[in-house]
Amino acid sequence: MANASDPRVDARTGTPTTGHEWDGIAELNTPLPRWWLWTFYITIVWSIAYWIVYPAWPGIAGWTHGMFGWNSRTAVVQDLQELKTMRAAGEAKLSAAKLEDIEKNPELLSIARAQGAAAFANNCAPCHGAGAQGAVGYPNLNDDEWLWGGKLADIQTTLQHGIRWDADKDTRSGAMPAFGKDGTLKADEIKNVAQYVRSLSGLSNEGGADLAKGKKVFADNCAACHGDDGKGNQELGAPNLTDKIWLYGSTTAAIENRVTVGGGGQMPAWGDRLDPTTIKALTVYVHSLGGGK
Amino acid sequence: MDLRIDEKQAGERVSPATLVSGGAAPAEDGALYEARKQIYPQSVTGTFRRIKWIILAVTLGIYYLLPFVRWDRGPGAPNQAVLVDLEHNRFYFFFIEIWPQEVYYITGLMILAALGLFLMNALAGRVWCGYLCPQTVWTDLFLAIERLAEGDRRERMRKDAGPWNVQRVAEKIVKHSLWLAIAWWTGGAWVLYFNDAPTLVRQLATFHAPAIAYIWIGILTGTTYILAGFMREQVCLYMCPWPRIQAALTDENALNVTYRYDRGEPRMSVKKAKAARTLGGPAGDCVDCGQCVAVCPTGVDIRGGLNMGCIQCGLCIDACDNVMRKIGRPERLIAYDTDVNIQRRLAGLENVFKPVRVRTVLYTVLIVGIFALMAGKMFTRADASLAVIHDRNPLFVTLSTGEIRNGYTVRFANMAPKSRHFVLKVEGLPGSRFEVIGEDKNTSGREDLDIGPDQTRETRLLVFSGTAKPQGNSTPLRFVVTDETGKTVATAKDFFRAP
Repeated sequence: MANASDPRVDARTGTPTTGHEWDGIAELNTPLPRWWLWTFYITIVWSIAYWIVYPAWPGIAGWTHGMFGWNSRTAVVQDLQELKTMRAAGEAKLSAAKLEDIEKNPELLSIARAQGAAAFANNCAPCHGAGAQGAVGYPNLNDDEWLWGGKLADIQTTLQHGIRWDADKDTRSGAMPAFGKDGTLKADEIKNVAQYVRSLSGLSNEGGADLAKGKKVFADNCAACHGDDGKGNQELGAPNLTDKIWLYGSTTAAIENRVTVGGGGQMPAWGDRLDPTTIKALTVYVHSLGGGK
Repeated sequence: MDLRIDEKQAGERVSPATLVSGGAAPAEDGALYEARKQIYPQSVTGTFRRIKWIILAVTLGIYYLLPFVRWDRGPGAPNQAVLVDLEHNRFYFFFIEIWPQEVYYITGLMILAALGLFLMNALAGRVWCGYLCPQTVWTDLFLAIERLAEGDRRERMRKDAGPWNVQRVAEKIVKHSLWLAIAWWTGGAWVLYFNDAPTLVRQLATFHAPAIAYIWIGILTGTTYILAGFMREQVCLYMCPWPRIQAALTDENALNVTYRYDRGEPRMSVKKAKAARTLGGPAGDCVDCGQCVAVCPTGVDIRGGLNMGCIQCGLCIDACDNVMRKIGRPERLIAYDTDVNIQRRLAGLENVFKPVRVRTVLYTVLIVGIFALMAGKMFTRADASLAVIHDRNPLFVTLSTGEIRNGYTVRFANMAPKSRHFVLKVEGLPGSRFEVIGEDKNTSGREDLDIGPDQTRETRLLVFSGTAKPQGNSTPLRFVVTDETGKTVATAKDFFRAP
């Protein structure tokens, strides 16, 4: 038993103290069991082994590569390769299936939707949004209005060749002229035609425009692409102006701006970036969002 | 009057104070570690030893044999009574089959286990530690083998102190072989809970089992051999959190293995005690024979009072009773008792035992309540389920006609062992219609689906506002699934969102 009068032994418990004292409170020294101390030493040895086995220390022109040359980059490449092998069976089925048959087969549909959702998030979401909900100038892919057609084959063509993407000779082209900017239409004509376009989908006439004059302007300048009744033309990417969906908004200012400036959005051609099966999966995914024809 | 024995004996075997008393001269700052003292628990016979043998046989028997019990679930389903089927995400327990989404049953079991532990502790101290804990049970078994191979306490101490010889080596080989065999069987039984047991046993016997089986057997062989053969009381003293929690949960009315110092002190030899009694002087029953310490598996001296090292296995009660019988004094000098009673007896009062206290009643009510809740849920458990997740983005879509559309991911589960025909309807928005992607468009307002036995199916469902004019931006919807008999088997709630 420790001597209770020894200042380095706590009188009450008989336990030695570390000799450290704060405001009269001494720290008891209760050592670890031996096996625990050894476990601690083993972790130190283990950490040194880690430096040897794995890449660890930076140098001037590189770093220590470790015994087996492992690094996280090659591990990712290897994982991706494994993923590809794992998916190969489903991929082969998808590749062999006809586009029209995929949605009728629950298994193919689930493969296509899973792969399509991943490809969409990686490639399409920056413009069309994570849920394909779109934004001003970027179409919402959930709804049933399609600028260039909403059938599976149409969607596939759009994905393959892009829109107004000049690097691809088969790209979708056709742009709204800048009627105001190039002087084709005067300010009051633009005002009248804008209100006439609003009236096509039942929106109110703002600012007392002359709708009859607007109709005349429409027939002379717009009907060639948008059609006499304003229902659009998917061959040219001319939107239907009689429905409730407005890519650039339905306000007077937004419509007048479109007529004045013209032009249209761009979409890259994905044919040379994504493999045909991925495009197929994306086609089905976009089609199955709900708006597909 | 304070009859407690001095501190020297109180903490001799496990207190860190042994660092000094143990003989190792402390360095300037003390040693970096506390050397473990080998404990040589002596064999003992008696009531508690018998209870422990029975519990050991029953618990280990269940553990090693349960995977082989069969339970017929019909064709296509596994016929093992208890099976954790990780590959197919199912847990089978006799008549119960649990799917991953029903993991709350496991949570419920955990809560029951914790409350059971609290209740045991409030009634009779560390019942778990002393009788039921796997560490205790396997250590007990390993100790029995050690005695079988190398003899009892004195023999082992003598042999360990003496030189090596052929007999000692042979004994050690026998002991470690038996230990390893049991440890291997422990790991072997463990993996049987995750696979069809007879198949896996055949595969193991012909060395055709999957690698993961060998790895797990290896891990559990190692832990059993090391923890029960070598670490023993170190697990209880340094690794297990329960002693600390237990010490905080106990109260003065909980029964604990207690040295009745009111009867035992002052200690003296049989002869002296007899003399003292004839003279009418104070004489305790404790003859300081040390049997209680000799049999203790954690090396505690129970006479020091409640001790964190004491797992309350009751073996010291048996040891002391044997001595008391020999010297003709009443048994249970060490017994399940409370400090309250010691103080009362010293004051000349009767013993009181209060098993019914606020905490024991509370624990019992909670245990019964949670068990009833789980059992009720289990027996009214549906054999079909429906989960509906509303599209998060976009919440709704305006179509060219001005109609509003909402998208949902719907998952049906057929939890019955036969193929079934389900009919889905969506209620809550009169005038609306719905479609399932991939199915033919129909206007009947219902969707028919066939789902195979024990399977799930996920589909994408679109609800169109149609002629309905949703009021406000959120209208509650009810998704109802009926089976071929027209009985509603599952429902789910969600909302129809509008601008």
